[in-house]
Amino acid sequence: MNTKVSLAGVTFKNPVMTASGTFGSGKEFAEFVDLNKLGAVVTKGVANAPWTGNPTPRIAETYGGMLNAVGLQNPGIDMFVERDIPYLAKFDTRIIVNVCGRTVQDYCEVAERLASQPVDMLEINISCPNVEEGGIAFGQNAKSIEDITKEVKRHAKQPIIMKLSPNVTDIAEMAKAAEAGGADVLSLINTITGMKIDIHSRKFALANKTGGLSGPAIHPIAVRMVYQAAQAVAIPIIGMGGILTAEDAIEMMMAGASAVAVGTANFRNPQVTMEIAQGICEYMEEYNVEDINELIGAVG
Amino acid sequence: MADKFKEQAVIIRQEEISYGIYSMWLKTDKIAGNAKPGQFISIYCHEGSRLLPRPISICEIDRADQALRIVYRVQGKGTEEFSRMRTGGSVDIVGPLGNGFPLKEKKAFLIGGGIGIPPMLQLAKELKCEKQMILGYQDSLFLQEEFKRLGNPYVATEDGSYGTEGNVMDAIRENGLDAEIIYACGPMPMLRAVKAYAREKNMECWVSLEERMACGIGACLGCVCKSKERDGHTNVNSKRICKEGPVFRAEEVEF
Repeated sequence: MNTKVSLAGVTFKNPVMTASGTFGSGKEFAEFVDLNKLGAVVTKGVANAPWTGNPTPRIAETYGGMLNAVGLQNPGIDMFVERDIPYLAKFDTRIIVNVCGRTVQDYCEVAERLASQPVDMLEINISCPNVEEGGIAFGQNAKSIEDITKEVKRHAKQPIIMKLSPNVTDIAEMAKAAEAGGADVLSLINTITGMKIDIHSRKFALANKTGGLSGPAIHPIAVRMVYQAAQAVAIPIIGMGGILTAEDAIEMMMAGASAVAVGTANFRNPQVTMEIAQGICEYMEEYNVEDINELIGAVG
Repeated sequence: MADKFKEQAVIIRQEEISYGIYSMWLKTDKIAGNAKPGQFISIYCHEGSRLLPRPISICEIDRADQALRIVYRVQGKGTEEFSRMRTGGSVDIVGPLGNGFPLKEKKAFLIGGGIGIPPMLQLAKELKCEKQMILGYQDSLFLQEEFKRLGNPYVATEDGSYGTEGNVMDAIRENGLDAEIIYACGPMPMLRAVKAYAREKNMECWVSLEERMACGIGACLGCVCKSKERDGHTNVNSKRICKEGPVFRAEEVEF
């Protein structure tokens, strides 16, 4: 039985990754998860300098989901390179670093700093809905997606994954723009902008007023968008959005994803990533799937 | 070595000890044996639409029997679900989480307000030095008998139905109490008053904070508070309540 998948020339032992921002740099979860059993750890977004993030409350639960407006709090690339990469390098898993920035230069600077590091891929976050500058501002317009992709690609040594926002009219157009700009891989979806109001206090549940909706509530939207993007581009896709179980992960692969990332589910069960990787194997046995690559885009 | 555990705990017993306040004893495998006063556990809902664990402070620890007691208020749908759980049922928990109160050999105030009272019970059991327990309630009392077994708690009620009329600070003044160190857990206005009092009296002061959390283990950066010092984790001035807290030196954090 083969569970290996390959994206942009990088081979992953299985298609299960962590979704950026839900797993830190792996250290906190390593008390519950054997990181060696994951296809990749995708780190929390890192910028060229430390970011303080948004005021609290940053988290609100919703029916079948949650809103977050953390605002990309991160230690900046210096501390990250010194502490987080050496930590992750001890494990037999791929390392994907999520890169955030306020300007195109910020992204390029981080990509350059990572060129000499034992990092397998960069995921370029042009879809965070919770920061005023950068983030989603780059990700809602096809022209700017293509431009920033080109620019980051010029500075990056490793293959780049462009992480797309679902907060757009036509995901296929955005996917094509990233591909045209030279993206090696796409990942989608980031969170969907949402809002929650506490009717008892008449206040916003989040200090930032809006936040990114994630969790099983958004899973069908993610499956639809991954399918549409997969139909539109030739490059591989990492599918994410509300994956809670192995069944959800397999569904995402059938929609066209070559790999999957598990995010909010880590909060529901800190061991869920390992359980999903195991559950995919059980499905393959049950359905006599010899090679996991058979499942990619298998719907139809 | 792991010091946090994910377990399926069994409910030994549960009762409503005051209106909307529940006491639940949980049988654990390793969590109780590793727990310290001031730490908390994450409790997961059975209902699948409620994704996030509820962080609830540990009220009592029975290390010999590997049992934990939590005392919580029904605040929303998650805690309402917990309140309906019955003896023999099971629930997923992760813990022990966060850092507890440091146990110092100094004449102490243990100040609890409302649903911040429960963690003071285990702390009172473990602090061997001279201590004064000051408990503030809105109206009806709970955990009184347990605290009385450990000393003579001073009580304040907002409606004056028991003890000092007013809050915990009023009880301290009315009874002319003094100490060298404060341990406190309770609502924000109470903690601010305690912090101001400690500053004025130049006392060492430890407070337990709370905030909306997602992961509970320090990864998501949902539950931060502003700190005086740069935090070691992200190199800004922002500490994780679930990880560096929930207990902080009062002057170390902004609240």
